[in-house]
Amino acid sequence: MGKTLAEKILSRKSQVDVCAGDIVVASVDLAFVQDTTGPLTVREFEAAGFELSANGGKTVLFLDHAAPSPNCQLSTDHILLRSFARRTGSRLFDVGEGVCHQIVAESMAKPGDVIVGSDSHTVTAGGLGAFATGMGSSDIAVAFALGKTWLRVPESIRVMVNGDLQKGVYAKDLILHLIGLIGADGATYQSLEFGGETIEKMPVSGRLTIANMAIEAGAKVGLFAADEMTHKYLIEQARGDYYQSISPDTDASYIKTIEIDAAGIEPTVSKPHTVDNTALAKELKGTRIQQVFIGTCTNGRLEDLAVAATILEGKKRHPETRVIIAPASKEVLLQAIAAGYIQTFIEVGAVILPPGCAACLGLHQGVLGEGEACLSTANRNFKGRMGNPDAFIYLGSPATAAAAAISGEITDPREVL
Amino acid sequence: MLKGRAFKFGDSISTDHIVPGRLAHLRSNLPELAKHVLEDADPTFASKVKSGDFIVAGNNFGLGSSREHAPLVIKMSGVSAILVKSVARIFFRNAINLGLPVLVCDTDKISDGDELEVDLEQGVINDKSNGNKLTFKRIPKAMLSILNEGGLIPYIKKHGDFKL
Repeated sequence: MGKTLAEKILSRKSQVDVCAGDIVVASVDLAFVQDTTGPLTVREFEAAGFELSANGGKTVLFLDHAAPSPNCQLSTDHILLRSFARRTGSRLFDVGEGVCHQIVAESMAKPGDVIVGSDSHTVTAGGLGAFATGMGSSDIAVAFALGKTWLRVPESIRVMVNGDLQKGVYAKDLILHLIGLIGADGATYQSLEFGGETIEKMPVSGRLTIANMAIEAGAKVGLFAADEMTHKYLIEQARGDYYQSISPDTDASYIKTIEIDAAGIEPTVSKPHTVDNTALAKELKGTRIQQVFIGTCTNGRLEDLAVAATILEGKKRHPETRVIIAPASKEVLLQAIAAGYIQTFIEVGAVILPPGCAACLGLHQGVLGEGEACLSTANRNFKGRMGNPDAFIYLGSPATAAAAAISGEITDPREVL
Repeated sequence: MLKGRAFKFGDSISTDHIVPGRLAHLRSNLPELAKHVLEDADPTFASKVKSGDFIVAGNNFGLGSSREHAPLVIKMSGVSAILVKSVARIFFRNAINLGLPVLVCDTDKISDGDELEVDLEQGVINDKSNGNKLTFKRIPKAMLSILNEGGLIPYIKKHGDFKL
C-alpha cells in the first residue's frame, strides 16, 4: 500500500513503517515556543527538572506576539524567555525579527522535517513539505527535553486543485473557499494534503498561506509535496542544499478526495465570528470597514505586500478607514522597503508596524473599538480575537484588504485591479 | 466517580472565548487569569462554577489556539471533566496533558444545571436530573496512559520517556 505525505514523513522520523491510525514516537527537528505560550513551557520545563535534549533538534524561542511588549507583565515574560535562552544556549529571535512561522519558513524548515511549536499556526511549514503541527506548552517542554514527541498518524484528505486562479483571486481565497466548504471541523485530527496542477504551479508563498490555515478546518497538518517550487524557494533563501523531493505515493490511501476547480473561485471573505462563515466579497459590498490589517503569518509575506502595493499605489485610504500593515519578518520588511512598497503604503496613509503578530490576536497595535469592523488578512475571526468581543472581523486576501482600504467597505478586488 | 452540575455551552467555543488574547498579560498570573475563564462565552460562569462541576458543550469545543492556558484555567476553576459532542485536536491533547478528561458523548441529552455523575472507569455518565444514562467514546489508549498519570509532565517524570 502506498503512503500519504503524513505516513511517509512519520515513517521516516519514527523509523517504523506506519500507516494512518498508528501511534508513533517521532524525532523532532525543531521545537519552538513564542512569547505568549513559552513562559508556561519554561516554567513546566524547569519545575520538572528537565534539561535540553543533547541529541534533539533545534530549540528556538520567538518574541513575536507582543512585540514590542505593550505592558510590564509581558515584558517580564520576555525577560524569562531571554534568560532561558541564555542559560540553555537556545536560539532566541527577539522583538522585531518577525512572526515565528515566517522565520521558521525562511530559515529553518526543511522538507521531511517534524516541527512542533506551541502555536496552532505551526502548520504553516507544511507548505515546504514539513510535518509541522501546533501543540501546547507541556508538549513542547517535553519535546525540548526528549527531542521527540508522540503523534497519532493522521488519516489524510486529498485536496486536488486544478485550473487557473482568476486575476484578483489568490491562495487565501482558495483556502477560505475550502474551509467554507468543509467547515471549521471538516478535517479535525486529519492531514489535508494538497495537489493538482494549480498547486504544482503555486509558489511557496501561497502554499504557506494555505498550510497556515489548515488548522482552521481542524487539521493536524496541511501538507504539500516538496517539488521544484520548494527547491527554488530554498535556493532563494540560500538553503538549496536542504532540498529533498517528497511526494505522496500514487496509490496512497485517502479517506476522502475533494476536487476544486480553481477557475471557479472568486474573492472570498470569512464573516464574523467563525472562519467557515464564508461569502463572496461581492456579496458583502456596502459592509463598512473601520480598520484594514495587512500582515500576519497568513499573509504578511513580500508577495502579499506586493499585491497590496499594486492596488494602493498612488491612492489615498478612505478617510474613515485606518490601514495598518505589519510585514511578517525583518527580511520581508527590508525587501518591501527596497521594492518601494513601504513608501507606497505610507503615502496611502497606512501605519507601518514592526515585524511580528501585531494586531492579529488583540493584545496590542490595532485593538478594535466597540462595534467596529476590521478586514484582516489574518487567519482567525473569532469573537474577541482582536481585543474586543463587541467588534467584527472579516478575513480576506491582501487584495481584498487593499480594496477595502480605498473604498472604506468590503469590495471585490477585481473592481480595482 | 466525578459529581457536579452541568454548565451548558453551544457549538464552536473557541480558545478566545475561554482565555482571549487580550488577557495575554495575565498568563504568568494564573489565579488572576482564571477569574476570566470563559468570560466571552458566559461572563457569569467563573462566579458560578464549583469544584466538581462539568462543562457540557456542542461541537468543536476548544477550536483555535494552542494556548494550554485554556484547559488550565478550566481545570483551575474546579471543573472535573468537559463533556462535548466533538473537540478540537490541540485542545483535547492539552486537556489530557493537564489531567483534565474530555469526554465525547451526546450532550444534547444533558440540560443546563443537570446534576451529573461520571464514572471514568465504566465509561458512563449518569444524569441524575432526568435519569438518562449516557456512554462516552473511549479515550484512546495512548492518551489514557497520560491521563492516568495526571498529565504529560508527571507521566514523563515517572517513565522518563514515551511508553505508549
